[in-house]
Amino acid sequence: MNYTARQLGDLTPTNPNRRQGLLAVFHIDLPLLVGLLLLCGFGLIVLYSASGEDLAQVQRQMVRLTLAFFVMLAVAQVNPSTVRRWSPSLYGVGLLMLVAVLVFGEVGKGAQRWLDLGIVRFQPSELVKLAVPLMIAWYLAEKRLPPSWQRLAVAAFMTVVPVLLIAKQPDLGTALLVACAGIFVLFLAGISWRLIGALLVALAAAAPVAWYLMRDYQRQRVLTFLDPENDPLGAGYHIIQSKIAIGSGGLYGKGWLNGTQSQLDFLPERHTDFIFAVLSEEFGLIGVLILLALYLFIIARGLYIATRAQDTFNRLLAGALVLVFFVYLFVNTGMVSGLLPVVGVPLPLVSYGGTSLVTLMAGFGMLMSIHTHRRLLPT
Amino acid sequence: MQLKDTIRENQAFLTRAIVAGMLVIGAVALLVGRMAQLQIVDHEHFRTLSHENRVKVVPLPPTRGLIYDRAGVLLAQNRPAYSLEITPEQVDDVDAVLDQLAAVIEIGDEDLERFWQLKKRKRRFDSVPIRVNLTPDEAAQFAVHHHRFPGVDIKAQLLRHYPHDVKTTHVLGYVGRISQRDLEQIDASNYAGTSHIGKNGVEKTYESALHGSVGHEQIEINAAGRRVRTLEQTPPEPGVDVHLHLDIALQEVAMQAFGDNNGAIVAINPKNGGVLAFVSQPGYDPNLFVEGISKKNYDALQGDDDRPLYNRALRGQYPPGSTVKPFMGLAGLERNAISFDTSVYCPGFFQLPGNTHRYRDWKKTGHGPMDLDAAIVQSCDVYFYKLAYELGVDRLNDYLGQFGFGARTGIDLTGESTGLLPSREWKRRARRQPWYPGETLIMGIGQGYFLTTPLQLAAATAAVANNGTFYTPRVVDYLRARGSGEITPIPPSSQPIAKAFQQNWDDVRNGMANVVEGARGTAKRIRSDAYRIAGKTGTAQVFTVAQDEEYDEETIEKKLRDHALFVAYAPIEDPQIAIAVVVENGGHGGSTAAPIARTIMDAYLLRDTGDDS
Repeated sequence: MNYTARQLGDLTPTNPNRRQGLLAVFHIDLPLLVGLLLLCGFGLIVLYSASGEDLAQVQRQMVRLTLAFFVMLAVAQVNPSTVRRWSPSLYGVGLLMLVAVLVFGEVGKGAQRWLDLGIVRFQPSELVKLAVPLMIAWYLAEKRLPPSWQRLAVAAFMTVVPVLLIAKQPDLGTALLVACAGIFVLFLAGISWRLIGALLVALAAAAPVAWYLMRDYQRQRVLTFLDPENDPLGAGYHIIQSKIAIGSGGLYGKGWLNGTQSQLDFLPERHTDFIFAVLSEEFGLIGVLILLALYLFIIARGLYIATRAQDTFNRLLAGALVLVFFVYLFVNTGMVSGLLPVVGVPLPLVSYGGTSLVTLMAGFGMLMSIHTHRRLLPT
Repeated sequence: MQLKDTIRENQAFLTRAIVAGMLVIGAVALLVGRMAQLQIVDHEHFRTLSHENRVKVVPLPPTRGLIYDRAGVLLAQNRPAYSLEITPEQVDDVDAVLDQLAAVIEIGDEDLERFWQLKKRKRRFDSVPIRVNLTPDEAAQFAVHHHRFPGVDIKAQLLRHYPHDVKTTHVLGYVGRISQRDLEQIDASNYAGTSHIGKNGVEKTYESALHGSVGHEQIEINAAGRRVRTLEQTPPEPGVDVHLHLDIALQEVAMQAFGDNNGAIVAINPKNGGVLAFVSQPGYDPNLFVEGISKKNYDALQGDDDRPLYNRALRGQYPPGSTVKPFMGLAGLERNAISFDTSVYCPGFFQLPGNTHRYRDWKKTGHGPMDLDAAIVQSCDVYFYKLAYELGVDRLNDYLGQFGFGARTGIDLTGESTGLLPSREWKRRARRQPWYPGETLIMGIGQGYFLTTPLQLAAATAAVANNGTFYTPRVVDYLRARGSGEITPIPPSSQPIAKAFQQNWDDVRNGMANVVEGARGTAKRIRSDAYRIAGKTGTAQVFTVAQDEEYDEETIEKKLRDHALFVAYAPIEDPQIAIAVVVENGGHGGSTAAPIARTIMDAYLLRDTGDDS
């Protein structure tokens, strides 16, 4: 792997003359756009079935998706250097809002996550999902990489504070994603393998402490994950029914709208967190592979964009955003298939709901912006 | 330097990005492996679980067979019973709806109590009854206001109903809710979905035919258990209709003839043992038991001194009294203890050799010289004391056993009593005492230990009427399948009675004819010009009169008065009906019981509509 900047430059359309037409004008990355559109389209088809053929619900989701795509396009127009400049402020505002949520926030579903801004209700943790990788990338990109121990400690602290604030709401899923975002930036920034090894050991050692700090329902989730049959009608019900849905789908699936587990309400949360089980039941392993192929295509394109980025900040940001997107996918599908404990993470861009949609698409907007605002490098 | 750093950083990043990409691919491979495990390897297992989740097998209870009398009159039917039910899911404010309902239809405290109790146990989309057994008026009244009560509906359920209520109770029995004890005796799977079962009478004996076989329906349900659609159906096989020998018109006549008296009547067709009338007075309304009898009603029935729940015709054990004399006469003739013209002088009492105890005749002054015919006609006790003494208990027991005395007749009703035909062996076993000769004497006039049920008396009389064949009494004539109309007859079961000389039978039957037709016959008042009747009166002691006391009907308490009995058959030339009547505390058989028998025979033999026996 001995690429030079020159060689990299040759491989991509960095020549301004070649970037023409509507796509270039609006800073759109076509492969990413196509991948996202295909994924969202597939998602809507599954959602139509998962919602019990409720067209109104599908329409609402289409409105959200449209809105999110416009957000993506808007973000894509912003020059990465502008984003970089605004990073610390965004992070600061995010932290303040998290504190505000804990003080004034609205309670929903047993957790305090929402901030009522009069016109819209807003989840500050969503903003933080972007603000943390931005902030860490901004901080680490200031100096040479790999970062010094001191800078690493500061970056770790910058990650831990919002994670703890979110965990306190409590919103374990989002806290996990935010933590991942910070960790991925550090990982991509090149912290030593030895440190990574030490951290993993420390993590294993910290597990009992985490257990002690967890709330009852969180502990229950872990216990249920370890032995779902132990409580088949209570906490284990979700995962048992989800596995039945997936397993009964087989290779080819029961057919669109024909999933008995989903259509007869055996599968809980089927249009939100468990929509992957609906897809698995109705489209079988073939459908699962198609979905995963779409995700992998988007992730591959994202990683490619990251490697093609022209400065450290952009590289770290793009890489972290893509990897967080993957964590979304893996945590959700792992949970639905019983590989991981139940953590409230939606299937990105497919699950019904708009909260994470805007954040995710804003992230893709940043990827597009990073890729389409490149200059010719000096040789 | 700056550029070199950039390149190095770039390369370091590339390495990390590739590692990350490999981690992604590894994780996805893990996920795909997991999905393959669930969807390919364990697919069968999960397919089964998914099927079990959504498919439920629901039993379809069969409709119970109907019961008809010999003329095709419906005796037991399935009637829709209306109840008012609330589906909680469809009602916003149950309390408010209950308040409004109370203004339209009467709702009692116990209705409310039952409602709240049931509501707790049922699912939200299951309807819960608030009122049961609506009268047609109430149902109509609610129907007018129905639009005001969404989620409140009238539900119909088929419920057993006995239109002739008290007239058929002791024959048909009744159905009631299946109890834990019933469950232990039936094939529970065949009763899945069935709520009622025959508790006694024909309903119990013919339970399996009446019930039919359960059907099944495979339905698809959702997670809440609500039916989504029907997948497959095996319809139930309805119960078979049961047609009785019983004649409900005759049954009604018999009950009316009884008046206020307690007792029993059994009328049998001597040609096949078919039960034409079967009355136990008093009766009760079997419909009370169908939906579960209230404690108040049950206590009233149970505490009634007249014991309406007691099936006297089937279980009542009465001394046969003088009605046994024709059988005794036959025993004497056939077993060569006497001949038809043997004469015995009746001084009004009988004494055993070497014993001063006087066995009294009912006629204090005595009947004078008696032959068998006169002894039957005038019911002379002394003649039969002597006859019994000479036959001895062993031969008596042996001969009378052929007429079904002392054993269950085997009628197709449950709970029959055996009666008691005494023997030495029985006395040794039951009383731990030897048999005394005096006991043979009083057995000869149908007293002492000798006990018979009205059913036994009727069956034995039928055997005399048909000249020597004992038919097992049958209530049910045939079964008729609902759809195909296929008929399964219940064949008569018979046992011939050993016969030495036909003349002996003719003589005794003649004696019975003279009881009604003779100038001194004890039942001469029931003589009919339309047809000839043969019979025998009887009076059974309830209360033992001491040696030096007189029995005075006027002063004695009604409960302690003698039972009046009468057995008869008619017409003599071609007997079509044999009958036994027991009127408890009725006094003399000739004056109380015989007229009842005559009324029934008139109704049966002289009725305008054709005879179909």
